Amino acid sequence: MGLITSHLGVFGNGLLVSLELSASTFVLAGLLGLALACCRISPVLPLRVFGWAYVAVLRSVPLLVLLTLFVFGLPEIGMVYSLFWTAVTAMSLYWAAFFCEAIRSGVRAVPAGQIEAGRALGLSFGQVLRLIVLPQSFRSMIQPLASLLIAVTLNSSLASAVGVTQELTGQTQLLDQQYAQPLTTFGAAALCYIALTLTIGRLAALLERKLVVLR
Amino acid sequence: MKPTVVAEQPVPESSPGSSPETLTEPAPKSTPVKPSWRVRLGALADADGGSLFDPPGPRGRVRIAVATALSLVVLAALIALALRQFAVNGQLDSAKWSLFTQQAVLRYLLTGLWATAQVTLVSAAFALPLGALLALGRLARNPLVRWPAGLYVETMRAVPLLLLIYAFLFGLPSTGIQLSLFWQLVWPIVITNAAVFAEIFRAGVRALPRGQTEASYALGLGYWQSMRLVVLPQAVRQTAPSLVSQLIRLLKDSTLGYVVSFLELLNRAKVLGEYNHTIVQGYLVVALVYVLLNNALALAAGQLERRLGRSPRRPAAGAAA
Repeated sequence: MGLITSHLGVFGNGLLVSLELSASTFVLAGLLGLALACCRISPVLPLRVFGWAYVAVLRSVPLLVLLTLFVFGLPEIGMVYSLFWTAVTAMSLYWAAFFCEAIRSGVRAVPAGQIEAGRALGLSFGQVLRLIVLPQSFRSMIQPLASLLIAVTLNSSLASAVGVTQELTGQTQLLDQQYAQPLTTFGAAALCYIALTLTIGRLAALLERKLVVLR
Repeated sequence: MKPTVVAEQPVPESSPGSSPETLTEPAPKSTPVKPSWRVRLGALADADGGSLFDPPGPRGRVRIAVATALSLVVLAALIALALRQFAVNGQLDSAKWSLFTQQAVLRYLLTGLWATAQVTLVSAAFALPLGALLALGRLARNPLVRWPAGLYVETMRAVPLLLLIYAFLFGLPSTGIQLSLFWQLVWPIVITNAAVFAEIFRAGVRALPRGQTEASYALGLGYWQSMRLVVLPQAVRQTAPSLVSQLIRLLKDSTLGYVVSFLELLNRAKVLGEYNHTIVQGYLVVALVYVLLNNALALAAGQLERRLGRSPRRPAAGAAA
């Protein structure tokens, strides 16, 4: 226990880096996923095929393969930038595929009558999407997005396997190597992750209750 | 997929039918050839686009054509840019790629693939029954069984696999337990995936109409009998698609052999890449193998779903993991 209290700073920093990693991944993947989902439901055939192929390919590549490919492969083709952002790039590209599917099933949950009504009012495709479909589908997407955020947070630990050791799992492993008290160090890290997932779940439930529309 | 083809087809066919458009637009000249592959590709690429927009009018069609051309140009430019970046840095040299046609290299990678399959199968063989047990525990009426099972499932779903693997890798030796690399990889995967499988099974059981259990009790079956004869067979059938997609996830988890330096597919690509300076190529080849493998599995899952005669409500929602 003394080990934990004397190294609270290490855990705090690790947690912070993990949060930064997950948050940047979540935002970037969300934007990219939204663009992909728009591609997949657009009337433009090449974009649809691209969206479909992107999802089919990126969803079936293991995240660690993507991470190693980007972290060790990008320098080989002459693209070097900070390790943190390289990891974020790989993870964003990976999770964007899942975002795309979550958004798309959210769009599918909007009753067709809503879309038809929008069209009957003379709204264009973009307007229907922006004013009618996306706001409504966002409500049914909160739960899937929350579980995505949890998955992103948990899998952000994979970044430490390719060298972003500043994050929580990497820090825990370093601490364990220094002090050889696996039970306390790994237990504390596990508690951090559990607290994170619980918080996300609670927030999602709160948000859902706030946004619910009583009909 | 079937209903989408039906839904897609009317779109190109109905446009010549609506009279004001055919007067101004000599569109039908290209329609006899194109719709076949277009419709098929469109159906492949998406299921529900049809409901979002009308069959386009003349201006809409022009706009779509412009967008199509533009997007093709942008996509081609992106591919060209990527290829140029590869070529400039000498990563397209045939020497770097011809490595993967050599017998020895192929055998090396195939052995890795077999190791990946072994990890996946062994982990699944342990995790599935364990998950079923945990699900039964969570559904039990006795709180002394329900609580520990619930705690286990909720905890293990909230802990990253890598943390568990590190705990096994660095924690276990200090307690005097020696595991081989294989089991150091398999046990953490089993521990986390059992929790996920438990949730899948539980959802399957909960989704079953209450009448099923009530009817079996009314017929005089006991708890275990009704579980074994009535509830579980139906639950397994209903959860088959999500079980397969979790299996795909489990296969992806096996890449963590990279961390424990167990020589599965990804780790072999790394060794090969460091040895021959073909890092990008190795990882790309491995990524391709995973894509093919997982998509084949997903396809099989779709077939299985159709074979089991389910999915009246949700046609092939989770086709891939």
